[in-house]
Amino acid sequence: MLLFLVSMKKGVGEVIIELRDVFKHYKMGEGIIVKAVDGVSIHVRSGDFVAIMGPSGSGKSTSMNLVGSLDVPTKGNIFLDGIDISHLSESDLAQIRGKKIGFIFQSFNLIPNLTTLENVALPMMFQGVVSEDRNKKAMELLKLVELDNRADHYPGQLSGGQRQRVAIARSLANDPEVILADEPTGNLDSKTGKIVMDFLEKMNKEGKTIIMVTHDPDLAQEYANTVYWLKDGKVERITKKKKGQKKLSERELERIALDKKGKK
Amino acid sequence: MISDYFGLAFKNLRHRGIRSWLTLIGILIGVAAVVSLIGLGNGLKAAVNSQFGVSATELISVEAGGLDYGMPGSGAVNPLTIKDMEVIERVNNVDLVVRRNFETVKVEPKSKTSSGVTAIYYASAISIPKENRNFFNEILDLEMYSGSFLDKSDTGKVLIGYERSLGNNYLRDTKVGDKLIINDKQFIVKGILEKKGSFTLDYSILMNEDDLDDLTDFGEDIDTIQVKMKDKDLMDKTKSDIESALRKSRNVKVGEEDFTVSTPASEQKTVNSVLNGIQIFILIIASVSVFIGAVGIINTMTTSVLERRREIGIMKSIGARNSNIFYQFFVEAGLLGLVGGIVGAIIGTLMSVIGILAINAYLGAELSPSIDFILVSASLAGSFIIGAVAGIIPAMSAAKQNPVDALRG
Repeated sequence: MLLFLVSMKKGVGEVIIELRDVFKHYKMGEGIIVKAVDGVSIHVRSGDFVAIMGPSGSGKSTSMNLVGSLDVPTKGNIFLDGIDISHLSESDLAQIRGKKIGFIFQSFNLIPNLTTLENVALPMMFQGVVSEDRNKKAMELLKLVELDNRADHYPGQLSGGQRQRVAIARSLANDPEVILADEPTGNLDSKTGKIVMDFLEKMNKEGKTIIMVTHDPDLAQEYANTVYWLKDGKVERITKKKKGQKKLSERELERIALDKKGKK
Repeated sequence: MISDYFGLAFKNLRHRGIRSWLTLIGILIGVAAVVSLIGLGNGLKAAVNSQFGVSATELISVEAGGLDYGMPGSGAVNPLTIKDMEVIERVNNVDLVVRRNFETVKVEPKSKTSSGVTAIYYASAISIPKENRNFFNEILDLEMYSGSFLDKSDTGKVLIGYERSLGNNYLRDTKVGDKLIINDKQFIVKGILEKKGSFTLDYSILMNEDDLDDLTDFGEDIDTIQVKMKDKDLMDKTKSDIESALRKSRNVKVGEEDFTVSTPASEQKTVNSVLNGIQIFILIIASVSVFIGAVGIINTMTTSVLERRREIGIMKSIGARNSNIFYQFFVEAGLLGLVGGIVGAIIGTLMSVIGILAINAYLGAELSPSIDFILVSASLAGSFIIGAVAGIIPAMSAAKQNPVDALRG
């Protein structure tokens, strides 16, 4: 799909997101400072599939907010496509993230009183695309996630897996360079989770840069080429998948899913 | 983009269904009150003014007693007499004067009731003066529906009002040439008057002065004296001249008059000022209602912002700027007001149409409701603006939400 090809002017492998020694500290009441992110540096290259891993409290959510330009750092610089976004105003951030980043959330985050089609079309509205073009493109994206027959349904009428596919379609609405997925399978069973992950993998193969935040090490190692392991607000280690390394077999994947259930 | 906001806002309001309706009730009542009462008010003014039955605006009326709204002169303790009429005739600028007497008479219709009993009814009778009959005609602007006007020499003949003949009442189907027993004396109907829209004239029986005097024996007493001026521009001066002449002849002091001299303008002014007072009162109630409506919108929008924090976070994460969020909530609040205004205007219009129909049925008038389209559009615009203004603070707080916090819900 032409739609999915990364714009040709940028070569694959160029740094698209860079966190350069970034700090994010929160003040919690009198004199207590929470160091959510404490000097993190992350490089994401175009076309990469990166996972940010860590247990809760490791700073991965904050990192994701920073990578996704939902938040600005206390200290340090964040470059998105060569632009320093660390000190941009909220409206400028909104504009940039609307264009360059597509979000996928654990809890889908569709707007309940908009139809599937309207949900997918909404990001384009904020970029000033006219209604006719929006709906046309939203329909194409729904076809891509095989939900074009559900265009008039409301999120409440869809299953979790279907909702997440709608969210994937929405994340692609403005043809962003980066897809940011926050625990994309967290609310799904292993089977639908796999379908969703396969879509993400497909998008990555077609040239999208994927950044996934997860607490599930197996999921991270299974799909991502580069894994950033966070702990206590710092990068503990970085692992890279060797070239030619195969995916885990289906059977092993199922075992992982069962384990996960067991842990709960 | 604007239409996008309206589309989204409309969906959101519909989604909240009953709460949206409850919220806009305040605005609805306010606008309905304004539209219906302005519509009715103009109708009421027209109705009341039509009751003067006066076409000649250059007319001065003199009645005994203070100003009241009963039958002219009916509340009088010390009635006007021929002597007062002569006094008025001598006032400067007075061209001619006519007298009118109103009496209640007993009427037996030609037909019997279904039970075979001859029913007796009461009606008001108006005297037609001996002199200046053309002026009398001009004052009341009488036209004949059928038959002809009474001649000066006619005795035992009457004219009946339109509603007496054609309306739904005990004299219905009375035709020219029919006989009526009035105060035990037989009269022949010589003519039926054209409909006037005045409950005085349309339900009256008119007869020559001497006939009415025979029936009711009012002698020299007069209920109303009507005055035509030579120069109508001097109306105010003539009015005060008549007042001072009557004070002198009736021997009363300023402020203690037992008579009233009024001009159509002054009568209309009195009536209109009462009606205006009522309208102002209603407008105050309507504004209170609209104010409460506005507070309701602020309340609903504020809760809505709190409830939809997550939605705001989602919208921001997919590229909505603060201004997008602001306009979204702003338009939504405005739309709440506007829908309230539209429904209110529809209800108000219906209410004034029904009200006017009721007035018409009651008075036998032919008024049409005065729906002021400028007023209606102004109240629609106004209700959108009120809603939107009420939405400013909630919309600002929505726009200011931090996306990270908002996404957390």
